[in-house]
Amino acid sequence: MARAAGIGGSFGRERTTLHAWLMLAPAMILLVAFTHYPALATIWHSFFSTPKGARPARFIGAENYAVLADDPVFWLVLKNNLIYALGTVPLSIGIALAMALWVNGRIRGKAAMRMAYFVPTVLPMIAVANLWLFFYTPDYGLIDRMTRLLFGWGPTNWIGSQETALGAMMMVAIWKEAGFFMIFYLAALQAIPPVLHEAAAVEGASRFYTFRRVTLPLLGPTTLFIAVNAVINGFRLVDHIIVMTHGGPDNATALLLTYIYDVGFRYWDTALASALTVVLLLILCLLAAAQFLLMGRRTHYR
Amino acid sequence: MSFASHPDDAIRLADVRKQFGDTAALAGVSLKAKPGSFVVLLGPSGCGKSTLLRVLAGLEQATSGTIELSGRDVSRLPPAQRGISMVFQSYALFPHLSVAENIVFGLKARGVPAADRAARLKDAAALVGLGHLLERRPSQLSGGQQQRVALARAIVAQAPICLMDEPLSNLDAKLRNEMRREIRALQQRLKLTMVYVTHDQAEAMSMADQVVLMRDGHVEQDASPAELYARPATRFAATFIGTPPMSLVRLTAGEGGAVLEGAPGHVLAPAQAAGQWLGVRPEEIVLSDAEGLPAGIAGAEFLGGETVLSCVIGTGTQVLQVRVPGLCALPVGTPVRLRLPQTLHLFDDATGRRIEDFPSNLASPFSSKDNATCR
Repeated sequence: MARAAGIGGSFGRERTTLHAWLMLAPAMILLVAFTHYPALATIWHSFFSTPKGARPARFIGAENYAVLADDPVFWLVLKNNLIYALGTVPLSIGIALAMALWVNGRIRGKAAMRMAYFVPTVLPMIAVANLWLFFYTPDYGLIDRMTRLLFGWGPTNWIGSQETALGAMMMVAIWKEAGFFMIFYLAALQAIPPVLHEAAAVEGASRFYTFRRVTLPLLGPTTLFIAVNAVINGFRLVDHIIVMTHGGPDNATALLLTYIYDVGFRYWDTALASALTVVLLLILCLLAAAQFLLMGRRTHYR
Repeated sequence: MSFASHPDDAIRLADVRKQFGDTAALAGVSLKAKPGSFVVLLGPSGCGKSTLLRVLAGLEQATSGTIELSGRDVSRLPPAQRGISMVFQSYALFPHLSVAENIVFGLKARGVPAADRAARLKDAAALVGLGHLLERRPSQLSGGQQQRVALARAIVAQAPICLMDEPLSNLDAKLRNEMRREIRALQQRLKLTMVYVTHDQAEAMSMADQVVLMRDGHVEQDASPAELYARPATRFAATFIGTPPMSLVRLTAGEGGAVLEGAPGHVLAPAQAAGQWLGVRPEEIVLSDAEGLPAGIAGAEFLGGETVLSCVIGTGTQVLQVRVPGLCALPVGTPVRLRLPQTLHLFDDATGRRIEDFPSNLASPFSSKDNATCR
């Protein structure tokens, strides 16, 4: 003890520094190896050609991006993903809010309801996909049985035909996501003091007016958080597509991420996949920034 | 019968009950209030005063009974149609709206034209002294300023009846006194009928025209502050009002009339009063050197302007509190004599109610000139 203190000075400080680095190392190694380096490497690789056999990668500038611009599948995939995001984001948020308002009210079996809505969140996406494969089965699947019973429709190949496949995939995503977002809305709703609603009632505000002028603005920060997450999921959540359709039929359900997977790991054109990834990253960055700028300014934080 | 027959009353409750499961929060409350009067609902926590206010506001439905406001039966109407405004204990300001938007929230919801709205906002803000803070958010205001916003929001509605639920309980003592005067002045200026809930008897006594003292869901006494102090209707009313409250001692049978245990020679009431309770206000007892009820000091509490002495009567165990001006630090065990006032209060042991025909002149043996121990 005395010797360590006596030596003190620079040796002690060096040791502290060493300890600090050792403590940091596990997390840092993981972060650098699996997040920072791949991200930077992806951008780097997107400016090179794909190495093939004896031919090493060489710098080709923006050629990969030019190839993408000429690729009709890329534009189809981009369009699909846009429809997918535009459909799933507002719908899952809207349904989440409606469900939260519903189970936050005075209804019987509130706890059971909340749990029922949350179940899809707990299930792994692979399990969900298999569940829905059954729902969508032509003729004897749940959906076809219901449409036959209600409207007298014949059998429909929901995920096998180009017109309905993307919609069917969106449906699964919404079903999976709404329950998760509901939990956030429910927590936010319960954080609003009930006395505010009483004050509004005394002041003569109708239920709709109170919702529009009091509840909704106070849910602002939650909505922003959920919206950012929903948009990211709109580009990220494709597990069920891989399981159910593989992007088919004829790329009708192919999204950016499934296309990246195909290009990178089925055609092994890793450079083009890198370029695609950069495009996806750019889109997500732009959307997140736009959301914070547009909504953030009008959001009330407590 | 119910509508035009009581045009004089701003508030009229008939046998209002509120049941929460097995517990009766309100066990049949009836009361009346004149227009422009300041009614205070007073009582300890859990007595049902806040529930009564919420039932009046329509935030809770009464289980039974009728509520008439300004001559209209509003028992089944929602809060918005009852012609009331309300100030909540926590102020219930909308955190995302500016002060101005908070104040005119109700006017906007009711579709009052913008020009009218602006004029009324200006008036209300000026009345409570908020003119320079209209653009602020509630979180940027002090507690007192938030209180004023809540007041302005209540005033701007121009409802004839204003309900307040412990509005000053979140303010510090100095601000509380200031707001107390302001609210009273505002109420008189605008001729509002005010129903004000508090557990603070000083607030009740200083502001009210009419104090409704509640306990366990029923009205214990409904009277003016002066009446409540001078003639408490029950033992509970006697011990709730006053700082320190009225001392209650049990009378026992003695020679020549009812006496206190431990002081057999001092007849305080007629013989039939034995077994009942005697109430004496501490500020009306005078310390005396020569004559009066024999007692011993059991404790002294110095409060600045006055001292509250606890005195054990004679050789017994019962305690009378005595309030004397200034510092009077008598050591424990000091023998003293207590001269009781002319006005004694007698309460029935079984019912707790005041016994009215009590001949107070029996207390005459103690009415000679005082000779106080403390000066």
